[in-house]
Amino acid sequence: MKTPSLFGAPRIWSVSELTRHIRQLLESDYRLQEIWVSGEASNVSLPASGHLYFSLQDATATLRCVMWRSQVALQTHLPKDGETFEVFGRIGVYEAGGQYQLYAEVLRPAGEGLRYQEFMERKARLETEGLFDAERKRPLPEWPRTIGVVTSPTGAALRDVLHVLQRRFPLVQVLLAPTAVQGPEAAGGVASALEALNQHGGSDVILVVRGGGSVEDLWTFNEEAVVRAVAASSIPVVTGIGHETDLILADFAADVRAPTPSAAAEVVTPDREALLHSLARLRADLLGLFQDQIGARQEALAVLQARLRQASPRAHIENARQRVDEFWRRAHAAIRHDLIVSRRTLDGLAHTLQAVGPAAVLSRGYAIVTQARDGAIVRSVSQVDPGDPLHVRVQDGSFGARVEDHEGSEDI
Amino acid sequence: MSKPKPVEKMTYEEAFEELKAVVEQLESGELPLEESLALFERGQALSQHCSELLEKAQLKLKQLVPGPSGDLEETDFEIEDA
Repeated sequence: MKTPSLFGAPRIWSVSELTRHIRQLLESDYRLQEIWVSGEASNVSLPASGHLYFSLQDATATLRCVMWRSQVALQTHLPKDGETFEVFGRIGVYEAGGQYQLYAEVLRPAGEGLRYQEFMERKARLETEGLFDAERKRPLPEWPRTIGVVTSPTGAALRDVLHVLQRRFPLVQVLLAPTAVQGPEAAGGVASALEALNQHGGSDVILVVRGGGSVEDLWTFNEEAVVRAVAASSIPVVTGIGHETDLILADFAADVRAPTPSAAAEVVTPDREALLHSLARLRADLLGLFQDQIGARQEALAVLQARLRQASPRAHIENARQRVDEFWRRAHAAIRHDLIVSRRTLDGLAHTLQAVGPAAVLSRGYAIVTQARDGAIVRSVSQVDPGDPLHVRVQDGSFGARVEDHEGSEDI
Repeated sequence: MSKPKPVEKMTYEEAFEELKAVVEQLESGELPLEESLALFERGQALSQHCSELLEKAQLKLKQLVPGPSGDLEETDFEIEDA
C-alpha cells in the first residue's frame, strides 16, 4: 500500500461530495442513459406505494432496479423471481442509499425481443411477396349457402360463431374443419384445415376463428404456414382471432379481418332482422303500389262519369231551370227597387207639401179670415165694411169677429 | 317470359330478387289491371315464402374429416353444450 504523501494535505472528501461525483460520472456516460439489460429477476417486491423493486442478476453480479408506479401500470408482464427479463432504462445513483441502480422504463420477458424481431422480419418478407396486397382481397358473397369454419371443435369461438349464425341467418350450412388452434401442432393443423376446405370446394366463404389469449397462445396465426395457407385460399377468408393490440400476420393475408369470432360471423351474413324489415317494407310498397293502381283507375272513371253527367239532357234541363229562376230573382229585385224609389219620392213630396200647406202657414201666426155670411175668404180691405161679421180661423181653432174700421191699402 | 318457378321451391336469394323485380314492375305503372293483380299476388307469395324461410330455418352443421380412404367426408356434427 502506498504511503500517503507527507507533502501537502490530502483532499478529504465528504460522503456527499464523493457520491455526487460518482453520480455525475455515471450520468455523463451516454450509454448508461439508455440501456437494455438482461438478467434473472430476484427479490421482486411491489409494495403499497405501487413502485416495483427488484434485482437483475447473473453468475457474478447483481443490479438493483426500480420502476415507478406510473410505468408499472403500462407493462403487460411483471417479472417474477427466477424469470429472465430484459429491462430498459437508465443508470442512476440513489445518493441517500449509496446505491447505483437501474431506473426501469420498460421490461419484457427475455426472448420476446427476439420473437418481435422475427415477427417484423417475417412481416416484411411476406409483404414484399405481395401476400398482403389490397388488390388480392376479394369481395365476400352476399348470400352464402355454405360457410366453412376453421377452429377448435371444443373452443368457445365455434360456439360464438354458431350462435351468431343461428340468430342472423340460419339458412346456411356450416362446414367445420376442426383443428388445434394453439400449441406446436396448431400451425400445421390450421393450414391443413384450410387446404381441406379448398379441396372440398363447397364453401362460399371460410372463417378462421379463435378466442382471445396471450401472445404465446395466438402465435400460431403468425406462423408462416398459416399465413401462406390463408393467402393461397381460393375461397375468401375472414379471420376472427380475438385479440386487442397485437398484430397477427394471418389478418393481413385475409380478405377481411374481424376483431372477434362473433364479428367474423356477422361480417359474412346478412342480418335476419334487417331482412325481415326490408321484407315488411317491400310488402307495404307492394300493397301501396297496387292500391295506387286501383285508385288511379277509379279516378279516371269518376272523371268520365262526371263528364257524362254534364253531357246528358237532364243537365240541359237543370241548366235552363236554373236560368229561369235566376231571371225571376232579378225581376223581383228590380221591381222591389222601383217601389222603394217611388215611396221615397212620395215621402219627399208629402214632406214638402206639409211644409207649404195651410197648417204650416197658420202655425207661423197667419189667420184665415172669411166673411161670416158667405164664407168667402177676405183678401182685401175692399171686401169689408165696418160692422161686418167675420169668421177668423187660426191654427188651433176659430172665433167670430166684427170689422171696426179699416185702413185702405193706399193708406199703408 | 318463361314459366315462373313455383315459389315454394325457391331459395331465399331467388325469392327476394324476384320480389324486388315485381315491385319495380308495379312501380312502372304501365300494366293492364289483370296483370297488376297477378303480379301483386305473386309478390305476396314471394314475400310470404321469404319470411317463412327466415323464421323457420335451423342452422345445419357438418364436419369435414379425412375418411378411411384418405378422402374428405362430410359427417354430421353436434355441438356439445359445455
